[in-house]
Formats: sequence, structure tokens, C-alpha cells
Amino acid sequence: MGDEVPAELVESLQATAREVRRDVVRMNLASRGGYLGGSLSVADLLTALLFRELRVDPQRPAWADRDRLVLSKGHAAAALYSALALRGFFPRDELTTFRQFGSRLQGMPDRIRLPMVDASTGALGQGLGMAVGMALDARLDRRATRVYAVLGDGECQAGGTWESLMAGAHHRLGNLVVVIDRNGFESDGPIESVLGIEPLVEKLRAFGYRTEEIDGHDFREILGAFAHARAATDRPSVVVARTVKGKGVSFMENTHVWHARAPTKDEAERALLELGLSPSEAAR
Amino acid sequence: MTQTSPRASLTEAYGKALVELGERDPRLVVLDADTATENGTRAFGQRFPGRIFDLGVMDQSMMSIAAGLALDGRTVFANTAAVFAAGEAYNFVRQSICANRAKVKIGATHGGHAAGGDGGPTQMLEDLGLMRGLPGMTVVVPADAPSAAAATFALAERTGPAYLRLNGDLLPTVTEGTFAVGSAPELRSGSDLTIIALGALVGPALEVAEELAHVGLSARVLDFASVKPFDEPALLRAARDTGAILVLEEHSVLTGVGALVAATTAENYPVPVRRVGVPDVFGESGESASLRDHLGMSTERIRDEAWELLKSRGKVT
Repeated sequence: MGDEVPAELVESLQATAREVRRDVVRMNLASRGGYLGGSLSVADLLTALLFRELRVDPQRPAWADRDRLVLSKGHAAAALYSALALRGFFPRDELTTFRQFGSRLQGMPDRIRLPMVDASTGALGQGLGMAVGMALDARLDRRATRVYAVLGDGECQAGGTWESLMAGAHHRLGNLVVVIDRNGFESDGPIESVLGIEPLVEKLRAFGYRTEEIDGHDFREILGAFAHARAATDRPSVVVARTVKGKGVSFMENTHVWHARAPTKDEAERALLELGLSPSEAAR
Repeated sequence: MTQTSPRASLTEAYGKALVELGERDPRLVVLDADTATENGTRAFGQRFPGRIFDLGVMDQSMMSIAAGLALDGRTVFANTAAVFAAGEAYNFVRQSICANRAKVKIGATHGGHAAGGDGGPTQMLEDLGLMRGLPGMTVVVPADAPSAAAATFALAERTGPAYLRLNGDLLPTVTEGTFAVGSAPELRSGSDLTIIALGALVGPALEVAEELAHVGLSARVLDFASVKPFDEPALLRAARDTGAILVLEEHSVLTGVGALVAATTAENYPVPVRRVGVPDVFGESGESASLRDHLGMSTERIRDEAWELLKSRGKVT
């Protein structure tokens, strides 16, 4: 099924995701904070969701029948904001206000200030519960809404995640898709050395989910997995997306060091060069 | 008066009110955390089986699920024991419900020491301090079954989150059976002293006021069911008119309404304030009435504290 994704679409999504990664680096540099590693790992997943999978309309952000996106790993807010801006939900210029006083772009998504995010998140282990509630809500109202919860893998150590997984399976929420950004690292180090969550897919299957393990940087596989999830209406799906923490910037890849570290001007410049900007653009 | 009033269950009144609300609002849903049997929500489940979800022993995520259900304008009542609602699930209430301004009404049963035999682990004596500190949260503690029903209807009308603490005992009817958010009804007028009481201690407040009347002293009694927002004008009027305030609550005195009353009067119109509540301890097993005495809320103690205040005002010697 994934093979049916046309090459032009893949290229266009790759180009968009590269823009998201550039924005993430710039936003983290400008705000001297944020969460680089996990924002870069989730960039392709969020791009695929916002530019292809989700039924949303930037002109009607409050459209009741829209699909919902809960970024449970709220610390990857920079990637979400960039993708929302590129999709036309708000001006891209506003990204420069990220994490600044008075900005709608809080360090973690805040739907009171920025109504086009579907849930205020930032406390790990809670986003999936909100997504379960939204999926139940859509079912009760017989709306076609589908709900996508994007979780970090570190969050799979939180009790709330497993509680909510149980609830989603018990109520056979076929309109719920859980996407796990399996980049393998949390703030303190590799997840499997801090507190292992493997065998993750087996656990999720035992919890009653249709599971699919994919390369979270391959748009054919990402879109294929979403299509399979859409076809399975009898129960919820989990897409375990194997990703690279810090993806796209060689010296940030596969380490926890950049989980919550802001780049220096020089580091940001080198990162932007790797993300395809010219030396003069990168230095700006 | 209070001795002859029939005793009734607040949770049952709450459950009946939910059924009526369910009739009025076809989108309203109810959540339970393995508490439907005790929380008076059985009737709602029988009447609207498709609109009740028992989430089992999942007090924390129930709050997130409730928020998700409510974000498109649905009214959600989520029920569990107070110790789990305010304690176990605190940060889920804070982030999922309050940070989203979700219209989730938390029905917190067994609030206070009335969990009786179960003892400390289930007797919630710190919830009001926790809940009233949350931005946007409405906090309500009705004194009897009729006002519990009235509060349930009022909270369903109100936007945003709310915490409704329900005592688990059968309590005598002591109010007019009305409730308005932000209002502290005067259950008895008086000018020598004000007794501010909430929940199960409104009855004892009225008893002591009645005793004082027999010796020619008049105590005003305010029902502080609306803890947040609270009736600041009524509180400051009481401070001005009576010059002394006694606060009675089934709650830790460290973070309860007594602390709120003391701070508010100190800032605006300082008068002597005394607090009757639970000291810095956990509850323990026992029958409700004897526990109330043991935990420092006996009628004797209330009487003594009232007398001390009246003495300080020169009303008695």
C-alpha cells in the first residue's frame, strides 16, 4: 500500500519536513531553550499528519468534524508550531516568538492561547487520555473525526499512558491512532538503560491494539501505516515509528545530549548548513 | 430543628440531579472510576446506559479522558472518592482539565472524615486546599442533600471545571436547599459572632448558635458552600458587623477555608478568627461521630472556641 505514494508527494513532504527542522533549530537558538532532539525526530511524523493525513482546514480551525491532533510529547512544540504555520494556521513570522513572554507559542502547546492546537499538553502520560476522550466524544456525536495522539517513547514509562491504552482498547476506538516517536532516548540517556520499555510492540498488541512498526522517517511507510489504521475500524491502532533522535543534524543524532540543550550560534549555523541552507542563509 | 430534620444522602441527591440533567442535556456524560455503586450514579446508568463510562480504577486517566470528552463543549461529570480525585489525580486535574478549561465537574465523594472505618488512606482532609489553588477551578461543599442537588444543577450551568465535595454520611437538612456560586447564605442572623461553616459542620454551627441564643448571645451563621469563588462581601460584612469569626470545616486547618478567611480578613478588615478543623494529622478508622470529636471538631470544642472569641470581644466574661 505504501508503494502507491507518488514520488512527487514524498519529495514535497521531505522538503516541508526539512523546513520544519530548520525552523526548529532557529526557534531553539532564538529562545535559548526548547527540546531539539525530540522535535527533530518527530518532524516527519508531524509533517505527514498535518500535510497529508489529517482532515483539517486552516481557514476553519474550529471546524467540529476536523480530525484532532494531540501532541502528548508537548516538549516537541517547536516542530508542531512550525508545521502548523507552514500549513497556514498562523503566520510563520510568529515562530520567532517561541517561548518568549507574551507569545501564543508557549514552551508547551496551550490551546487557550493558541486555539488551533487541540489540547494543552506538557505533562507526560496525559495526552493519550485526552485523545481517548476526544475519540469517545466523536463517537457519541457520530462525527467522522479521527484522533491522532503523538507520544514520545519515554512517555511509555508513564502509568497514564498504559491506563489510557486500556481505555482505548476496551472501548474499541477505531477512530484513535496512537503514534509513538520511538527515538530511543530520554533526558537521562537511552531508554533501555534508564528504564526499558521493550518488548514494546508485543506489549501494545497484548493491550488490544493493531500495531505496525515503521521507519518514522520514510514517508511511504508513514502514510502506509496511517492508511492501514484508517481501514481498521474495529479497534485502535498504534504506529511505532522508529526514529532518530536529533534526525537531520549529524552531531545531534542518536544522543540524549540534545534532548533539552539549546544550540550556540555556531552550532545552529552548522546544523542549518546540514539542513541544506547556504552559508549566508545559515548565518542569518 | 436539626435534630428533627430527616437525614439524607448527598451522593444520592447528586445522582438524582444527574438523571434530571441527563434528561435536559442529551450530550451530558458521566464517568466513574469503579465508584458507580457508591456514588449515586447507578440511576443515571440505568436511564442512559450509552452515556456513562465506568473506567475502573483509573482515577488519574479518567480526568484526562473527561477533559477530552469535554473539549467540544460537552458537559462531563467525573466521579470518584475525594482522596483519588484531588490527591491521586491532582496533576491530571491540573493539566488535562484546568489548563484546557474543560467543562468537567468532579463529583468527589467521601470528602472529609466520613469515610469512617476505612481510615486514613481514604479520608480526604486536604482536598479543598489543593483544589482551590488551581486556576479557574470552582470549589463547592454542600451541607445537605437538597443543597447538593441545587449545587449540581448550578455547576452544570457554569462553564469551566468544578470540584464538588460530597460528604458520605446521611446528613440532616439544615439549609433552604438553594445554592448559588459565590454566595454564602446567612442561615441565621446575629451580631455578637459569626460562625462560618461548610459541609457536615453547618449542622453543629447552627446547634451552637441556638445554645448561645439561650444565654442571650446572637451568632450569625454563614453557609460557606461556595469555597471558590467565595462570598467576600458577606465575609467582610460579617467581620464588620460581628467583630469575630469562627470557622468550622472538615478539613486540615493548614490549607482550608479557615486559612482563607484569616487571610482575607487580615488584608481587609482584621478581626479575631479561630479555626476548628483537623490539625496536621491523617484520619483513622472509626465511626464518623467519634472521629469528628477525636479529630478536633467536637461540638464541645466549637462551643469553647466560640466562647473564647466572645470573651475576646468583651461579650462575656
